[in-house]
Amino acid sequence: MSQWVEACAVDDVEEEDLIRFDHDGRTFAIYRSPDDAFYATDGLCTHEHVHLADGLVMDHIIECPKHNGRFDYRTGEAKGAPVCVNLRTYPVKVEDGRVLIDLS
Amino acid sequence: MGRMVIVGAGECGVRAAFTLREEGYEGTVTLVGEEPHLPYERPPLSKNAPPAVKLIAEETRYRDLSIDLLRGTRGQRIDRENRRLVLADGRTLDYDRLLIATGARARRFPGMEKACTLRSVGDADAILSAIDAGTKLVIIGGGFIGLELAATARGLGAEVTVLEAADRLMARAVPAEIAAMFEDRHRQEGIRLRLGAKVETLEEHIVELADGSRIEADIVVAGVGAEPITGLAADAGLAVDNGIVVDGCLRTADPSIFAAGDCCSFPYRGAPVRLESWRCAQDQGAHAARAMLGCGDSFGRVPWFWSDQYDLGLQVAGLARADQPFLKREAGDGAFVLFQLDGQGRVLSASGAGPGNAVARDISIAEKLIERGIAVAPEVLCDPGTRLKQLLKG
Ligand SMILES: Cc1cc2nc3c(=O)[nH]c(=O)nc-3n(C[C@H](O)[C@H](O)[C@H](O)COP(=O)(O)OP(=O)(O)OC[C@H]3O[C@@H](n4cnc5c(N)ncnc54)[C@H](O)[C@@H]3O)c2cc1C
Ligand code: FES
Repeated sequence: MSQWVEACAVDDVEEEDLIRFDHDGRTFAIYRSPDDAFYATDGLCTHEHVHLADGLVMDHIIECPKHNGRFDYRTGEAKGAPVCVNLRTYPVKVEDGRVLIDLS
Repeated sequence: MGRMVIVGAGECGVRAAFTLREEGYEGTVTLVGEEPHLPYERPPLSKNAPPAVKLIAEETRYRDLSIDLLRGTRGQRIDRENRRLVLADGRTLDYDRLLIATGARARRFPGMEKACTLRSVGDADAILSAIDAGTKLVIIGGGFIGLELAATARGLGAEVTVLEAADRLMARAVPAEIAAMFEDRHRQEGIRLRLGAKVETLEEHIVELADGSRIEADIVVAGVGAEPITGLAADAGLAVDNGIVVDGCLRTADPSIFAAGDCCSFPYRGAPVRLESWRCAQDQGAHAARAMLGCGDSFGRVPWFWSDQYDLGLQVAGLARADQPFLKREAGDGAFVLFQLDGQGRVLSASGAGPGNAVARDISIAEKLIERGIAVAPEVLCDPGTRLKQLLKG
């Protein structure tokens, strides 16, 4: 069963950027890509559990602020050292200017 | 089918072994490591107490990739004529290509024999298990490892004294203004910091300085830098000059032998350098693997490193030069980035510091500016209102 949760407004995230979203003791990262699509992943890097919110988004890559681990935020795929474990991703939909993510 | 041998199973050697497989290499890959443990990450050793061992990869990963990991095994001698690595236990490994990734060891100056040093997980265990609330810890050297250990030990309640011979901290690698931020913080945290302190004699429980003062210690740790481990190369007649000398592809004068990571001296923008940087060791390991498979590209990644002390973080991209002024960009919360430009206005280096990861984005962008040789007007860099990322799009 899906469990859609409102994460933020569309305008809260700049293009090619991300914000942090906390919900129910968990933390996520919400991305807006250069082609204006929204994505969501777990908030913490799989290397040392540092929050990705301070990281740099370039195209479809989020670079971890701590040691430059890189992930494709659309798929969560880890793109090489020092990260080797993929990020979990979540379905996203946009409704009436709001960004919703499915936590089920 | 070929045979690839890597001697040294640290950050660099492990990355090289993985890259050989990622590149589709199907011959044998043997990774020879002197330490008994599965390969682990060194940076946490000075930053966390108790030292949690963080493996570079689980054991299954080596098995899945058919990498023969020989632990607790020392490479003793290279027989170049027969392309053979002789191990300390008498076994031999024939190779088509050999990578030397033996890293560095903690330096000790004469007279420091009685001090502990911090390089391995065993060192970290020995030091941190001796530290409790009230333990008198004396650290010789105000570089990264000494200062990270000072912060960690302070967190355990130790009484910490740091002795630095120079007139400021971290003089080798970071600008004075960043060093000053960290100096203030260490003093606030109650570290006794003595700059310009020359150690005269060192006994197990007493350190005497040139000015005659005597400092009592339960434990003394020397953090006075590291020296490259080059014996295998030197004994085999390969050039060593502050590290095993390699060309842009990370190859030694022997076309079958490569060197990478902390143990090598490589050309960066025309000048030989040796780095002690975790990411550079990874990048060079990956690059050396491709070079072993015949890729002739030069290693061109921009140097980058970080340090964490308390909740302060610093990051440096590129190599800062003593002869160029710094341009300051405020990053909020007391964080700032210091840029250097070359004669053509291209970004040469960026050094940033502040709470947490406050400078991470700017440094990431700066690294890309350096890599691409992009020229930037000083007023653009210094204006916190400009979006640095925009400079990459131009
Ligand atoms: C406490 C500490 C904290 C650090 N913190 C940071 C940091 O915050 N940021 C940063 O950028 N860098 C940091 N570094 C530096 C970073 O860890 C090194 O740059 C990196 O480990 C270098 O990797 P390497 O593989 O070249 O060498 P190493 O990691 O030293 O690995 C070399 C390996 O080769 C083995 N070996 C040597 N000789 C032989 C032989 N003859 N036969 C078999 N095996 C051999 C050694 O035992 C060792 O296991 C830190 C280092 C230490 C010690
Ligand atoms: S915490 Fe993200 S790369 Fe290390």
